[in-house]
Amino acid sequence: MRRMRRARWLFAGLTGLWVAAGLSPAPAQAVTEITFWYGLTQPLGGMLDQIAADFNASQTKYRVNASFKGSYPETMVAAIAAFRAGNAPHIVQMFEVGTATMMAARGAIKPVHELMREAGVPFDPNVYVPAVRGYYSTSDGRMLSMPFNSSTAVMWYNKDAFRRAGLDPNSPPRTWTELRDAARKIRAANASPCGFTAAWGTWTQFEQFSAIHNVSLATRANGMDGMDAELLINSPLHVRHVQMLIDMQKEGSYKYGGRDTSPEALFVSGECAIIHTSSGYRARVIREAKFDWGVAMLPYYEGAPGAPRNSIIGGASFWVMTAPRRTAEEYRAVAEFFRFISRPEVVAKWHTDTGFLPITMGGFERVQASGYYKQNPGADIPYRQLTRTEPTENSRGLRLGNMPEIRTVIYEELEKAFQGQQTAQQALDSAVQRGNTVLRNFERANRP
Amino acid sequence: MRRRAIFHNKVLPYLLLAPQVAVTLVFFLWPAGQAIYQSVLLQDPFGLRTQFVWLENFRVVLTDPLYLGSVRVTLIFSTAVTALSMGAALLFAVVADMRIRGATTYKTLLTWPYAVAPAVAASLWLFIFHPSIGLLGRRLRYLGIAWDYKLNGNQALLLVILAASWKQVSYNFLFFLAGLQAIPPSVIEAASLDTGPARRFWSIAFPLISPTTFFLLVVNVVYAFFDTFGVIHALTGGGPGKATETLIYKVYTDGVINLDLGGSSAQSMILMLVVVTLTAIQFRYIERKVHY
Repeated sequence: MRRMRRARWLFAGLTGLWVAAGLSPAPAQAVTEITFWYGLTQPLGGMLDQIAADFNASQTKYRVNASFKGSYPETMVAAIAAFRAGNAPHIVQMFEVGTATMMAARGAIKPVHELMREAGVPFDPNVYVPAVRGYYSTSDGRMLSMPFNSSTAVMWYNKDAFRRAGLDPNSPPRTWTELRDAARKIRAANASPCGFTAAWGTWTQFEQFSAIHNVSLATRANGMDGMDAELLINSPLHVRHVQMLIDMQKEGSYKYGGRDTSPEALFVSGECAIIHTSSGYRARVIREAKFDWGVAMLPYYEGAPGAPRNSIIGGASFWVMTAPRRTAEEYRAVAEFFRFISRPEVVAKWHTDTGFLPITMGGFERVQASGYYKQNPGADIPYRQLTRTEPTENSRGLRLGNMPEIRTVIYEELEKAFQGQQTAQQALDSAVQRGNTVLRNFERANRP
Repeated sequence: MRRRAIFHNKVLPYLLLAPQVAVTLVFFLWPAGQAIYQSVLLQDPFGLRTQFVWLENFRVVLTDPLYLGSVRVTLIFSTAVTALSMGAALLFAVVADMRIRGATTYKTLLTWPYAVAPAVAASLWLFIFHPSIGLLGRRLRYLGIAWDYKLNGNQALLLVILAASWKQVSYNFLFFLAGLQAIPPSVIEAASLDTGPARRFWSIAFPLISPTTFFLLVVNVVYAFFDTFGVIHALTGGGPGKATETLIYKVYTDGVINLDLGGSSAQSMILMLVVVTLTAIQFRYIERKVHY
C-alpha cells in the first residue's frame, strides 16, 4: 500500500516536473544547471537557499537549484530512490551517520577529492578543522564529502535556576560528579521541576561521551578502518554512566525526555535546568528561553585516563552523486559551488547566523577578529571543545554501517532500562548484540 | 444485427478496458511484484550489489523475537482499537437514533473526526496528553499520576489506541446509524408492546444489524492494521522501546529508516497475505449474508 502511494506521488511529481519544464522559458545562454537536495528545516533551509542564490548571482555560467526534501532520513531515501531511477541529484545533503552508507555506495558517489582534481579546482583539505576533516575522509586522508553544517554537543544551563538553588551561575559543572550534585541541589531547592536532561541521547551520551573519555565506541577505530567493526559500548565506563543516569532518574534529578530533539523543549520552557544537546540549539535558546542562560563544555568523569579530549561533530555534509550521462561540465559546476561555500566569509556568516561550527580555521579566525565572541559570550565554546586536543582513534568520529538503526537500537534498550525492565549492563549487552547484527548485515550487503 | 454490432470491432472492448488495466498494472501489480522480487534478495540501498538469498529474509523475520513482539503489539492494538471504536460508535448510534432534541446537530458533529488527517489528529492528541505541554498531561501529573508516555510503554500504547479509535468512531457511527434506521419501525413498535428498550435492542436491533457489524469488524481490523501509521508516527514513533511498533510501522522503520529493503519487503508480503485473508473472509461472509 505504501509502495502504491509512493508510486502515485512519484507519477504526480513527474507529471508536474514535465509540465514545469515545458512551461519554463528557454535560457538565453547555455547555463549549466545542477540540482541540490537538502534536509534542513526552516529557518536554516532558507539560509541555505540564500547561499545557493548568492552563488548563482556571483557568476553567470552555473546555476544551483536547491530544494528541500524533508528530514535527513527522508532526503536520504529520496536520493537513493532517485539514484535507482537513474536520476540522482548532483549534490545531496546527508547527515553524518549516513557517511558509512554513502561511502560504501562507490558507484553512486563521486569522492570530493576526485571531483576537485578532475575539475581543476584548487582544494586543500587542511583548511578544515581536524575533527571535521577526519570524519569525512578515508583513513589515508582523502576527503569523500564536502563538510558544511557541522555541530558538536555542548551543555546549556539555566543561570536563574542555578541562582535559586544557591549554585554559582558562573561556574557550571565540569565533571559528572559536579553535574549530579548541581542537579540534586536544583531539585532539593525546587529551583526547577527537573535537574538534567539530554537531547540526541545516543549522540550526546554515547558518541560524544566516548570521544571525550577516549574510549572506543567500536573496534577498528570506530569503524574508520573497516566494515568488520564491532560495538564496544558495554565497556565498564559506559555501564557506569548508564547506571548513573538510571540512579539520577530514580532520585528525580534526571529526566528522559524522549528521542532526538524532543528533550530540547524541556530546557527552553524552564522545566529542566541543564541539557546536553547540539551547538545548533543556540538560535532556539535565544528565541525561546525567557531566563538567563549559559553554555559550557560537556562534563567528564574524574580519573578517566585522558579525559577530557576533544568532542566529535554531528550535522551533515554534501555528497556528490553520479548518474548516467552526467557531463564534466556539470561536475565542474558542483566543484565551483563547493569552492564558493568554503570561502571564509560564507563559512563565517553561516556560523554566526545559525550556531553551527565554523568548519575552517580561516572562518573561525575571521569571526574572532570581528569581535563576535566578545559580544556573544559562549558562542566559541563548541569550537574550543572540538579543537581542544588532537583527535585520537576514539575522537576522530565514527563510521558504522546503518548507524541510524544502531542509534534506534540504543534508544530502545535505554528506554527499557529507564522503565526498570532491565539493568544498565543488560541494556548495553543487548545493544551490543543487536547492534553487531546490524553491522554484520550491512557488511554482508555491502561487501565490495 | 444487434449481436454483430456488439462484436464488430474486436479491438474496442480492449481499448475501453485498457485504462483500468493499466492503472491496476502500474499502481498495484507492478509494485506488488517488485515487493515479491525484493523479498528474496539481499541488496544494498543503492541497488549496486544484489544477491539472491531464497527465503532467507522470511526466515530471519519469522524467527526474530522482535518481530514476534511486533505481532503481539499489533494484536493488542488492533483488538483494542476495533472494540473501542465499534463499541463507542454503536452506543452513539443508538443514542442518536432516539428521538432527542438536536439529533441532527449531534449526528453532524459525530462525523467530523473522520475528516481530520491522521497526523493532524495525532498533533491534537499530543497537545492534550504531552506530559510537559499537554492540557490533560500536565493535569494528570499535577494530580500525582506519573504520566509520561515517552517513557512508559503501556501509557504510550494506551494513547495511540485512544487516538486511533477516536479517528474511526465517526465512520462506524455512520454505518451503525444507517443500519439502525433500516430496521422497519413496525418491528420495533410491535416489540415495544411487551419489552423494555434494553431487551428490544439486544433481541431485535442488534441481530438485525449483524451484517453491518460484521462488515465493520473487517473494515476496522484492516484499519487498525494498515491505516494507523500516521497516528503512531506522529505520537510515539513506535517507542518507547518497541512498545507501540505495530507490523506496518515496522515495515516503515526497517525499509525507510534502516534501509533493509529485503527484510522490509518480506514483512510487506506477510502483511499482504494477512489482508488477502481478511478480504476473502469479508467477501465470503457478505455474499452469504447480503440477501437475507
